[in-house]
Amino acid sequence: MNATSPRAPVIHGDPGIGGLTARLSDLVLERPPGRGWLIAMVVALALAGLLAASIAWLLYRGVGIWGIDMPVVWAFAIANYVWWIAIGMGGTFISAALLLARQPWRNALNRYAEAMTVFAVAVSSLFPILHLGRPWFFYWLAPYPNRMALWPQWRSSLLWDFFAILAYLIASILYFYIGLIPDLATLRDRSRTRGKQVFFGLLALGWSGEARDWRRHETLSLLLAGLAVPLVFSVHSMVALDFSEALLPGWHSTIFPPFFVAGALFSGFAMVLVLAIPLRRLFGLTDLITARHLDNLGRMVLAAGLFVGYSYAVEIFTAFYGGDRYEIALAMNRLTGHFAWTFWIAIACNVVAIQALWFRAVRANPAALFAIGLTVLVGMWFERFMLIVTTLYRDFLPSSWGTFRPTFWDYATLAGSIGLFALLFLVFVRVLPVLPMFEMRKLVQHREARP
Amino acid sequence: MNAPAHGLLAGFADVPTLLAALRALRRDGFGHLEVHSPFAVPGLDEVLSRPREPVHRRIAFWVLLGGLIGGFGMLALQVWSAVLSYPIDVGGRPDASWPAFLPPALEMALLGAFVFGVVAMLAGSRLPKLHQPIFASTYFERASQDRFMVLILADAPGYDAERARQRLLALGAEQIEEVPA
Repeated sequence: MNATSPRAPVIHGDPGIGGLTARLSDLVLERPPGRGWLIAMVVALALAGLLAASIAWLLYRGVGIWGIDMPVVWAFAIANYVWWIAIGMGGTFISAALLLARQPWRNALNRYAEAMTVFAVAVSSLFPILHLGRPWFFYWLAPYPNRMALWPQWRSSLLWDFFAILAYLIASILYFYIGLIPDLATLRDRSRTRGKQVFFGLLALGWSGEARDWRRHETLSLLLAGLAVPLVFSVHSMVALDFSEALLPGWHSTIFPPFFVAGALFSGFAMVLVLAIPLRRLFGLTDLITARHLDNLGRMVLAAGLFVGYSYAVEIFTAFYGGDRYEIALAMNRLTGHFAWTFWIAIACNVVAIQALWFRAVRANPAALFAIGLTVLVGMWFERFMLIVTTLYRDFLPSSWGTFRPTFWDYATLAGSIGLFALLFLVFVRVLPVLPMFEMRKLVQHREARP
Repeated sequence: MNAPAHGLLAGFADVPTLLAALRALRRDGFGHLEVHSPFAVPGLDEVLSRPREPVHRRIAFWVLLGGLIGGFGMLALQVWSAVLSYPIDVGGRPDASWPAFLPPALEMALLGAFVFGVVAMLAGSRLPKLHQPIFASTYFERASQDRFMVLILADAPGYDAERARQRLLALGAEQIEEVPA
């Protein structure tokens, strides 16, 4: 049988539930860090330090350290924000939608995909705050009784976005944690040092795995998964409304919410793929995150990418079909103007490069999949940058046209955010099990029951 | 053997043995049983005659309640703030412009459902808990790894430790431990 066929086993070999548990928990409890992890950690720490320095400089000097100015008042920070929160969507979707669709192969992916979501959303939520100008007043977005008797502007999509990010961040942390509790109990029981026993013991909340506890846990997991899917769609629609509520050509469009959701799933799946390939290699998990998983992820990236490509086409078509001269000018400017290269990078990465995924040989080649995943991530960043900047830099009146030139601090903040994400993820793979042990046990048991 | 005991803990190596043992124990009148397993074993509720619907319904109820409180609470807050607390007349447009209030209400409905659901699950299982009597057993550590454990609680009427032990051994228990109270 072909290793990537839909009927290929999702676990190779026969580890048994004890062996599987020992192996996965020893990744956390026993395994020394290893050279690859240490090198990655040093790089991530350096970049996270760069982020800290950028934020400190920003707080001291203000948003003028970035290249933003009239008329391009949104640029890197907002592109980074949309890019990161979109990456988070893919993790929730893989975990929740595939649980609801009863796809058992998801079990190998959901834990680290959920961790990826939590970290990506946490990193993304930094950007709108940093972009505020006076970030220390960000809590004014929250409705609370205050001596100025002021309320937030309820009719602004930017405020809707605040509630969307807040809900998504808390919900994704809860979803991640509920799934972790049984595994934390396993780590508690396998720890041999007092410190680890106390650490995992407190985190496990006293879980004992009684049948009634499992029933509640399963019921809640299903309900939360059912809520997480509409949450993903609504949150990223809210992100899109930040743009489409504005009366600007290129933004003021009803296609934006579904278009953004497709882009979010696209980049999220790509990030899951990009993380899976080094993870399975460094931790020796190729028999659990199998060729079939990579193949399925490749298909999902392709499917989401086709939606994105369709949206690009419809956007341009709508501009000409609608006949509005500003929309047409903007579409022509995106295709041929000063920032056309960003548009064509997005097309090359998000529409052209992914066509290779139609071929089984490409989906069976981890190196090719990794390269395509990275290409998609780059392409999606350029797409957001293109969408934001091309609309802003050509205003309605030629007298108010301008341009955008990124500064060192723009690049530093972007690189630093990648460093912070990598730092969080590297700590995660050392401290928590990267695969959900209890779900993998169930998978093994299920297979043993069917000889 | 006269010290007060919490119960008798027996580990089984696989699910079929566990289910067979549970059926036999219940037939023999061992009423007060707990089962601790490394994953949610399908079919356990039927064997233990524990109805599943009330658990489903109770958690679903709290999730729904959380969603309603979050959603309508957020809607009420916005209407109160925009209509009563600080109305601003913008060209005669209505103060209670409810369509614009729906997006935050939707997000808070989902958040409320999440939070209430998690609290309902933890409260239903009486978690967090720093200690449970069963943690005194070192053998119990395997229940979160690869053994399926049955606990016969000592507080059941007519509990006889020796009889329970013999029965568990006969049913294929791999190891039996008394859990101190």
